[in-house]
Amino acid sequence: MAGSIKIRASLAGDLAEVKCLITHPMEPGNRKDKTTGADITPKFITEISADVAGKTVIAGNMSAAVSKNPYLSFKAPAKAGDMVKVTWKDTTGETDSAEVAIA
Amino acid sequence: MQSNRRVFLKGSLAASAVGIAVGAGLLTPRAVFAAWPEAAFKAKSVADALTAVMGSGATTESADVTVKAPDIAENGAVVPVTVEGKGAAEAIAILVEGNDMPLVCNFVMTGATAYVATRIKMGKTSNVIGVVKTGGKLLSAKKEVKVTIGGCGG
Repeated sequence: MAGSIKIRASLAGDLAEVKCLITHPMEPGNRKDKTTGADITPKFITEISADVAGKTVIAGNMSAAVSKNPYLSFKAPAKAGDMVKVTWKDTTGETDSAEVAIA
Repeated sequence: MQSNRRVFLKGSLAASAVGIAVGAGLLTPRAVFAAWPEAAFKAKSVADALTAVMGSGATTESADVTVKAPDIAENGAVVPVTVEGKGAAEAIAILVEGNDMPLVCNFVMTGATAYVATRIKMGKTSNVIGVVKTGGKLLSAKKEVKVTIGGCGG
């Protein structure tokens, strides 16, 4: 699922505000397919972490109660040019990460 | 209506079976991630979930914590929530009192400031609780969000 993460990072003083948007179904698995009646397999992001300049600043867990196409915003000390890297992993073991420089 | 209830129940059972498989170590998380705390996310009450994830279910309501969320959410599937604390924080959790499994997400801060914004699903009108762990204490704040159409299941 390459390219699933969009990151925007802006600097205000010495604090960077990082906003990321992930394209992901966040399917809790409690629904059935309306036409076939088959169970829909759960598929949601359980783990997410973000690094600023190579150091993990925030690491978290999510449940299926986070909306589809999850949005996450956080603030961390940084300076211009630092790289922000966001990584996620879901219940099916799929994972993706993206990196962007703080402007 | 009855058949829908059945479908929903069967679905939840299937979901927990997969959850157990995950817990049994079929999926090994990488080192950078905090392991998914199964018990915390499956907990049925706010206090149980907090005990599992933060080590204690006792929180103090504090003016230092702000929970920003809409008064009325027309669509329970997408409710924007911001939790902000003062100064440094060790961890932030977002819970929804009225959801079957209250814990929505939990973040451990290792450098980031006490601020998290995300979008969550809510099944019905209830309180959204933001918990900020700072200096070993749990500070919380809550905000009631009225939900017009629930966003859990379907």
